[in-house]
Amino acid sequence: MIEATSPAVQRPGLLGRLTEPTLSGMARRRALMGYLFILPTLLAIILFTAGPVVASFGLSFFQWNVIDPPVFVGLDNFQRLAQDERALTSFVTTGKFVVLAVGLQIIFSLLMALGVQSLQSRGLRSFFRTAYFLPLLTSAASISIVLAYMFHQNFGVINFYLGKLGIDPIPWLNSPGWALMAIVLAYVWQQIGFTFIVFTGGLTTIPKDILEAADLDGATGLRRLWTITIPLLSPTLLFVGVTGVISALQVFAEPYVMTNGGPGDSTRTVVMILYESAFSFLQIGYGSAIAVVLFAIILLVTALQFKLSSRWVFYQ
Amino acid sequence: MASHTAVTTPHRQRRRVNPGRIVTILLLFGASIFMLAPILFTVSTSLRTPIESFRLPPEWIPTDPSWSNYRAVFDTIPLGTYFLNSTVVTLSVVIGQIVTAALAGYAFARLEFPARNFLFWLILATLMIPLQATIIPVFVLISEVNLADTLASLILPALASAFGTFLMRQYFMQIPDDFESAALLDGASQWEVFYSIYLPMAKGGLAVLAVLTFNGYWNEFLRPLIFLTTVDHFTLPLGLVNLQGYMGTGSVSVVMAGVVLSLLPVLVIYAIGQRYLVEGLMVGGLKG
Repeated sequence: MIEATSPAVQRPGLLGRLTEPTLSGMARRRALMGYLFILPTLLAIILFTAGPVVASFGLSFFQWNVIDPPVFVGLDNFQRLAQDERALTSFVTTGKFVVLAVGLQIIFSLLMALGVQSLQSRGLRSFFRTAYFLPLLTSAASISIVLAYMFHQNFGVINFYLGKLGIDPIPWLNSPGWALMAIVLAYVWQQIGFTFIVFTGGLTTIPKDILEAADLDGATGLRRLWTITIPLLSPTLLFVGVTGVISALQVFAEPYVMTNGGPGDSTRTVVMILYESAFSFLQIGYGSAIAVVLFAIILLVTALQFKLSSRWVFYQ
Repeated sequence: MASHTAVTTPHRQRRRVNPGRIVTILLLFGASIFMLAPILFTVSTSLRTPIESFRLPPEWIPTDPSWSNYRAVFDTIPLGTYFLNSTVVTLSVVIGQIVTAALAGYAFARLEFPARNFLFWLILATLMIPLQATIIPVFVLISEVNLADTLASLILPALASAFGTFLMRQYFMQIPDDFESAALLDGASQWEVFYSIYLPMAKGGLAVLAVLTFNGYWNEFLRPLIFLTTVDHFTLPLGLVNLQGYMGTGSVSVVMAGVVLSLLPVLVIYAIGQRYLVEGLMVGGLKG
């Protein structure tokens, strides 16, 4: 019963091969099943991700307003981008945003994760975890409505409490420098729960005996943090850095809702310019060129982070 | 003798009063106030009448809550329709991703077929591609097939994902092969091996995927903003931002009532799937 392929039952020839549950027949059926199983995913990814990336690249060489037939213009869109003051400003703004947002996010979430992990009370730990995690459940767009209201120069609660500390009202959303800071704070507030959870996960993988050995050797407090914990945590730091930069480069909802890019163009990010070009002005080719450049920057920055990582990331 | 050595062994006391520990707890509490304040502010403002919403200091815990904003938000915008639209989109995407990721994840983890590794790496490579690099051609495609301004335009492109495939493959790979040979001996078909044996064992992975996908698509903003034009087709975040746009700051408490209502389903999902969400973020974290 088990060995159905015993010589006595096996029939040679075409008929035999089709009817006998031979190993090759089963392997063939499994292979067929494999292709059927991956078909929906493969089709969807070709149609909606892989194909469109290639198409974006292609469209960036055309001028097209969706209505008239597209016209091939070579590198014109990229040349235009290199001279488009407003678009270039958005790249600089996005760069500043990424540095500030990812920097604050990493520093504060690491401190929070270290603090929470050091607690002995399970109840306190889960309270803090939930509190830090909660903003991640909100919609960045909807909660930005609330945050814009809290940042309001005259009616906002933030300036009200700063006033109690003797600080004059800050023009959060009305001055170029402060507006970018308000967007950074809103973004970090919403996203920090993610990095916090990842750091918490990373910290639990550090073997306890290493930390205890360090204690016995007299390496405690900040010294232990700097010489033992951070090096052991460096793969997690790399992961957080890479994913953090990738998502910060794509920031859109916060500036769109809170400042609409203003005052002036001080908080207009790359994705806002892309959105405006492609979908408000229907300059499909120019929008695609911006998308291609953004994608190239994401790939370059990621590659650079991995390359530099060999100098500071320590794998156990 | 044994007890004597135990007493003299120098060991750290677990609960010594350590000023550093108290400072840590205070700082963590300070951080949690910052993290919770905007959410509490949303809830408390939604319970104040529009005139009172400007009063400073804000009443963090309303003594005389007014529920009128919750009625007003339904009267001002078709919030019920937004809820329905968001629900249709999110549930369709969650179900679609669970089905496609379970099938593809199983195939890549447990079935052998020519070009398997090549196809897997091909799919994995698309994980790196940001939404912005694909959204213009996807918009053109959606318009070409007359799906612009429909909920289907949000659902169809999101029915499968590289992330889901990768996640489910990891879960299926953790399950030993023995179950399959045992089931085949009992006369089970290949489909039964997948559906009745391996799929139930990968439930944890499906839950992680479901919770992450729900959170992501319930809250998404950019695609609805680009794909939808008719107010009646809007999803919740788009509808609320639109509401804020044309009402100005005057009735911000009405907007807040809408924000609170839109947060409730995610909170329920989080309460049910908390450990799955956290686990999912630790496993993948590449989403969103």
